[in-house]
Amino acid sequence: MNFDDLFRGFEELTITGLAQGSVYALVALGYTLVYGVLRLINFAHSEVFMFGTFAAVWIWGVMGFDADSSRPAVWLALLLILVAMVFAALVSGGVAMLVEVSAYRPLRKRNAPPLAFLITAIGASFVLLEFMALPFMSDRRQIGMPPMLPTAPIISVGGWEVNPLQLMTIVVALVMMFSLDWFVNKTKFGRGIRAVAQDANTAALMGVNKSRVILLVFLLGGLMAGVAAVLASMRTGYTRFNIGFFLGIKAFSAAVLGGIGNLRGALLGGLLLGLIENYGAALFGTEWKDAISFLVLVALLMFRPTGLLGESLGRARA
Amino acid sequence: MTSAQNWWKRTSNTVGSAWRGMPKWVRILATLLFVAFLYILPNKEFYEYLNIPGVWIPLYTTGVEFPSALFFATWMILLTLGLNIVCGYAGLLDLGFFGFFAVGAYTVALLTSPDSKLITEYHWLESPWPWLVTVPIAVSLALLSGVLLGWPTLRLRGDYLAIVTLGFAEVIRIIARNQDWILNGDRGITRVGHPPGKWSDGKAIFGILDTRPYYWLGLTLIILVIFVSRNLVRSRVGRAWIAIREDEDAAELMGVPTFKFKLWAFAMGASIGGLSGTLWAGQNSFVNSSTFSLENSILVLAALLLGGAGSIGGAILGGFLVVYVPEWLRSLPFLPESIDVNKYRYLVFGIILVVMMIFKPGGIWPNRRRVEEYKDRAKEVAVGVV
Repeated sequence: MNFDDLFRGFEELTITGLAQGSVYALVALGYTLVYGVLRLINFAHSEVFMFGTFAAVWIWGVMGFDADSSRPAVWLALLLILVAMVFAALVSGGVAMLVEVSAYRPLRKRNAPPLAFLITAIGASFVLLEFMALPFMSDRRQIGMPPMLPTAPIISVGGWEVNPLQLMTIVVALVMMFSLDWFVNKTKFGRGIRAVAQDANTAALMGVNKSRVILLVFLLGGLMAGVAAVLASMRTGYTRFNIGFFLGIKAFSAAVLGGIGNLRGALLGGLLLGLIENYGAALFGTEWKDAISFLVLVALLMFRPTGLLGESLGRARA
Repeated sequence: MTSAQNWWKRTSNTVGSAWRGMPKWVRILATLLFVAFLYILPNKEFYEYLNIPGVWIPLYTTGVEFPSALFFATWMILLTLGLNIVCGYAGLLDLGFFGFFAVGAYTVALLTSPDSKLITEYHWLESPWPWLVTVPIAVSLALLSGVLLGWPTLRLRGDYLAIVTLGFAEVIRIIARNQDWILNGDRGITRVGHPPGKWSDGKAIFGILDTRPYYWLGLTLIILVIFVSRNLVRSRVGRAWIAIREDEDAAELMGVPTFKFKLWAFAMGASIGGLSGTLWAGQNSFVNSSTFSLENSILVLAALLLGGAGSIGGAILGGFLVVYVPEWLRSLPFLPESIDVNKYRYLVFGIILVVMMIFKPGGIWPNRRRVEEYKDRAKEVAVGVV
């Protein structure tokens, strides 16, 4: 226990925690949406995120930026990031939909037991992971990201210093989340999602196209994961074929922490988990960082499995 | 349903009922003959004596020696048999199963290696212990770790259980890699003890050059484990497991103490996994943290589901195929050098998991009762609701 580190670095730890937590929250939305509708933990979602990070590398590579290029001007960097976010979101969304169509849908047709879904999810996750590890894809190597945003802090009030990437991460994540919340609660498509989450068969009888709603849910989760992938990989500075694994577990923990199936819970859970993890790493040492979120998950599942805000998508409860 | 599937179903049904229709003494005799055949399988002299080398050469592996390939298959089969109890009988998806293998392997390594830190740094032991003495210790420690992992996590439902065991195994591996106070991280533990015994000419039976004795030992352990699983699943415990697998709530309402029996399944599976670890460590004589990656846990699961969860024959077949087929492919002469089978292995197993769950969820050699369960569920699909 090292309280000294915690108090000395409190401001910095809080900012990093919030930035990291926003990424967790974005990825957690994918878990929560799919769980809310299908009661399924989509293990492959961590690989959907991983594909997003590679999509960013590819598109930047096509435009002539790689790990060795120098830092572009700010306006160009912003443009590049925007392009990468759109492309990564599309790739991730596509991968997520591909998983749904090729792996989960045939199981639903056969009314397979939950265990079969779970095994398929693991299998699909493994296929995506190992596909990226193949010699002609990434060959299990670590791939560096081109430098984008300047690292000097742009906001500095007292001890609170925020660098451009952290600011961008938090702002973009909040914008994405609020638009998703609006989409699910206020639009016609969103009503379909909430209806299927509440009672799939009744919704189908009322004329909701269940298959299309499920596909839409996977697409939405994928879009969020793609944007999160660009933000996260700019922070880590590299990507690898297995980069999604721990992030996936953490994002899932965040979803459970907030109440899985609950969109606002994902935001709350993500930010809280980011903070807990950073404070915990300062207290117990950084080598325990990955273990902390995991212990949070176990403790939570044992004592309050419905999370902080309760399980619900919109007002639906199963 | 394709015609190939129909053909397979008809053939396997005919073979199955013909086998069950035979008198008991024929079945026992055939089984004994088959076991004897398995024991002499790796002996070169056997084929020379029978004078049929040409027929057997295609089955040989050259990348790894044939007895070694067989030995790899034996410890994998032990693992699938262990997971079969947890996942096949009790229906608990444990994604950290390889962790128990690690517990077994590390225990043996720590107690039998002269390089172990227990001896060189902490002086808890005077000298390394013999392999045979450490096996019961390793198995009990694996059992204990199964109970310790199961106690908090088995209150969770299926999908939560999967993610918790998965994360748990990964965290343990990272701790084993980063902390080197006892397990020595990635450098690992070398010079792990071998099983005891000497040939009449004074050479050790379990040496480095000849893998056949390890294979025989593994085969013997497999036969032992088969007896244990068969008797367990036909007892009260086994009936409770199957009830839990089919409907946990209903089982609880009928008076089955589900938590207790789930813990039992975890402990039994863990101890068999640990046993496999002791065997592997005894042959490999080197243990480090990178052996216990997530990929291996998934590999065991893929093997079990490929063969058929809930059926002993399926577990054995799956474990054998998953190890032997890649080794065999590697030794095919017409496969170009540039294609490294190992790089594609896990991808293929991932695809197998997905495809099997869609087309043949019971596995190649399914448990008959499970097949009926799947059929029953497929009938319940409401029309138009997909």
